[in-house]
Amino acid sequence: MPDAHNPDTPPRIGVYVCHCGTNIAATIDVPALAEYAAGLPDVVVAREYKYMCSDPGQELIRQDIREHNLTRIVVASCSPLMHEPTFRGALVRAGINAFFLQMVNIREHVSWVHTNKEEATAKAKDLVRAAVRRVRLHKPLEKRRVEIKPEVLVVGGGIAGIHAALTIANSGKHVYLVERQPTIGGHMALFDKTFPTLDCAACILTPKMTAVGSHPNITLWTYAEVAAVEGYVGNYKVKVRHKPRYIVEDLCIGCQECVEACVYKEGRWADEFNLGLSKRKPIYLPFPQAVPQKVLIDPEACIEFKSHKCKKTCVEACGERKAIDFKQEASTEEIDVGSIIVSTGFKTFAAHRNACYGYGVYPNVYTSLEVERLVNASGPTSGEIVLRDGTTPKMVGIIHCVGSRDHNTNRWCSKVCCMYSLKLAHLIRERTGAEVYNFYIDMRTPGKGYEEFYDRLLDEGVHFIRGRVAEVADWPIHPSEEGKLVIRAEDTLAGFVRRIPVDMVVLSVGLEPQSDARDVRRLFNISCSEEGWFLERHPKLAPVSTFTDGVFIAGACQGPKDIPDSVAQAGAAAAEAMALADAKYVELEPYTAHVIEDACSGCKTCLTICPYTAIAFVEETKKARVNEVLCKGCGTCAATCPSGSIEQNLFEDQEIFEEVEGLLAYA
Amino acid sequence: MTREKPKIAFYWCASCGGCEEAVVDVAEQILDVVAAADIVFWPVALDFKRSDVEQMPDGSILATFLNGAIRTSEQEEMAGLLRRKSKYLVAFGSCSHLGGIPGLANFFTRESILQAVYFDAPTTENPDRVMPGLPLNDRHGELTLPYFSDRVRSLDQVVEVDYYVPGCPPQPKIVTRAVLTLLGEHPPTKGSVLAPDEALCTECPRKDSKPDKIALKAFRRPQEIQIDETQCLLAQGLLCLGPATRAGCEARCVEGNMPCTGCCGAPGRVREQGAKALSAIASLIDSQDESEIDQILATIPDPAGTFYRYSLPASLIHNKRGV
Repeated sequence: MPDAHNPDTPPRIGVYVCHCGTNIAATIDVPALAEYAAGLPDVVVAREYKYMCSDPGQELIRQDIREHNLTRIVVASCSPLMHEPTFRGALVRAGINAFFLQMVNIREHVSWVHTNKEEATAKAKDLVRAAVRRVRLHKPLEKRRVEIKPEVLVVGGGIAGIHAALTIANSGKHVYLVERQPTIGGHMALFDKTFPTLDCAACILTPKMTAVGSHPNITLWTYAEVAAVEGYVGNYKVKVRHKPRYIVEDLCIGCQECVEACVYKEGRWADEFNLGLSKRKPIYLPFPQAVPQKVLIDPEACIEFKSHKCKKTCVEACGERKAIDFKQEASTEEIDVGSIIVSTGFKTFAAHRNACYGYGVYPNVYTSLEVERLVNASGPTSGEIVLRDGTTPKMVGIIHCVGSRDHNTNRWCSKVCCMYSLKLAHLIRERTGAEVYNFYIDMRTPGKGYEEFYDRLLDEGVHFIRGRVAEVADWPIHPSEEGKLVIRAEDTLAGFVRRIPVDMVVLSVGLEPQSDARDVRRLFNISCSEEGWFLERHPKLAPVSTFTDGVFIAGACQGPKDIPDSVAQAGAAAAEAMALADAKYVELEPYTAHVIEDACSGCKTCLTICPYTAIAFVEETKKARVNEVLCKGCGTCAATCPSGSIEQNLFEDQEIFEEVEGLLAYA
Repeated sequence: MTREKPKIAFYWCASCGGCEEAVVDVAEQILDVVAAADIVFWPVALDFKRSDVEQMPDGSILATFLNGAIRTSEQEEMAGLLRRKSKYLVAFGSCSHLGGIPGLANFFTRESILQAVYFDAPTTENPDRVMPGLPLNDRHGELTLPYFSDRVRSLDQVVEVDYYVPGCPPQPKIVTRAVLTLLGEHPPTKGSVLAPDEALCTECPRKDSKPDKIALKAFRRPQEIQIDETQCLLAQGLLCLGPATRAGCEARCVEGNMPCTGCCGAPGRVREQGAKALSAIASLIDSQDESEIDQILATIPDPAGTFYRYSLPASLIHNKRGV
């Protein structure tokens, strides 16, 4: 048998043309293509088959390799993205190097995009001829293995991050959970009830938060942010920056005696957790069920930071524990992890951006998130729904799609608003007996038990008006509108414009990417959509993977999502991270670039053009060096290197020139 | 009886004469050459005729150093003749090697060139509208001028070439080394360029001053700025093609505080010097905005003539479309 790996052996090429059922055969004359291929130089055998990717199809290749001593294989079928691994496997099982294969995409590039059979067949012949020319130069390559560190970093401690962290930690692997706020819990911690079951959000969330805080396999860092990420799949080096909370976390036991003792007897600063609906002190616990149970100091509010003349009653109250440290500074910690789950969540649409609805102008216009706090038993009003003047609303209007499905703001559907609006309608009606009007464009309630919940609301006597609200104003034109907010909307089912006077307006604000999503995207080297949602590798086949190996996404940072979907996705991301860790190593594709050391002139042109910072300048030799583990094989450096001193495996100049010449040669 | 000395020859085609100068520049070292070999043909310096060469046995000249590009029928004939008579045919200098500066004529049609030279040039006075190519009868019989072909070609596009001596003109060190190498016992691999196969930055005295990252908002021409004599020229915004050009000249232009223009061609691994230089230079542009990028690129007045200054005929694009 000729040695396929010996460059001096004349190549013996087999060409295999796939019908792909009728996908290819309907537009390309497959027998003619195979016959043409058989006559090309160095082609020993050329065949056609209905489904080359099937077992019998692969067996055809394997048998020919053995019987005809083939050394190079060309498969003309679908995109290599689809079946390159399949056919490489066939080569390996027949005993030759996987990279002696060249695929010709006559489906996506030919049959699916052309209608004239004759011309399509001619184009397929050109492409096959190019591949035959190129494959002769293919060199044997080996995949490299890289060890994977089992530790996982989870970024963002909302319900998605919490679920992912717990799942991984329960499997015995160590998790670092980094949260930028002083407590984990995310948006879910703000809610009273969850749709459609009306489960108490705290009852289902806080046990999970506590579990995170006490789990031996979870290192929880709140009030901290990821500052830098270096490395590659299995071997990421991550810098985490701890913001100063002016409390020594290890010493604070969460007794809150310091909060009691603060020189301010009442809260004076907007309480972030209650969205400004209540006040807090300069030293505070974000909310009673916060995890970790560690207070923090707001240096903008604390007298000691401003004048250094405070009596420091908090320090007195803390006493021997000595947990308060006014001198604390930001610190940075570096960790090694094998994979990263990004679950950084969303922000809600800033309601004042839609000026027609009077948010920020009329005090009784609330966002849905504010109302979540009002209906929450541990919220600023202990669950009582009262207006800012303390009265209970008798008429409430809930406006859907504020900052969603709107060409002036966000075009997408935020997916959760219909359901949470129904939930709020139910809770408001239950607690106050008010008449509740929902203004909607379309009711979107797909999901288990969701449509049933909608039905229930219809039975409960909540009003539904189909139409986008034009404006909210306080100009009465009828005595019944005096002192009320008037919602003006076209009732598109009834066919006229309605004016509904209400005491309270709830704006169902949509979901948006976090304002720093683009910075976070760059930090983790992942992609995001035009809107700023993080992009999955494939919506169906790799929904929690990204284009950076070892970085996964979960929850609403990928797109609007409700709690069940976020948790499901978090579980999927955790499974991916665990699968990676349990594989112990990854195989890296060998189509990386390398510097021909003797040839490199050290001109440094390649250093900054590498999008993966895989190229370094070695001072001792004054030459560039590619870290082949970081290299993704994009080819930018090989194209740019002005002295031709960077080569890329499988894409060497000569291979490409042969392919081009094969393509241009007259048949 | 002393052993016969090897024979060498020099010839010129479409060239400026600089390459002949370069041979003379070898100065005292030329004596070593003369001591080692007989110069049997060198029209610029010695009175031998074409007929003398025709009478030599085929392959009797050890090496012919031919400079200049090939444009006319006479040049093509001489290249063919010298090829037959020589064991080694050496393309000497940028024009012979790659087509050189005369090769930039491939951006124009033959007709437009003749039109410009014989009629349109401000210094041309040609009331009788005389054009080359008309046969002339006199007492010697019919005389014709050599035919001015459609395109400029490098020597290896006309006849087989054994070696290349790069440069515009080749530097004395390269010339001496090349001649002595060919006279020596171990001739290099056929097709070699007789200069180091690496880029000029390797031997550039300013190499260490080149920053890791160069980000340019404009390209500069040497006359536009006060050039810092110690700093990397690219970093100063000058179009130095050193990174895409073969070493061997010891960075003479940079020593003279001028950017490299690429005369030695690309290192051996590069098929297309112009495209390579262009993509490397493009990577230095400091902008993501298309219109700003256009503005920055507009500071390169003649991109084709800049990046393909010496290599157009030998490049993949050869010539302007339609030429």
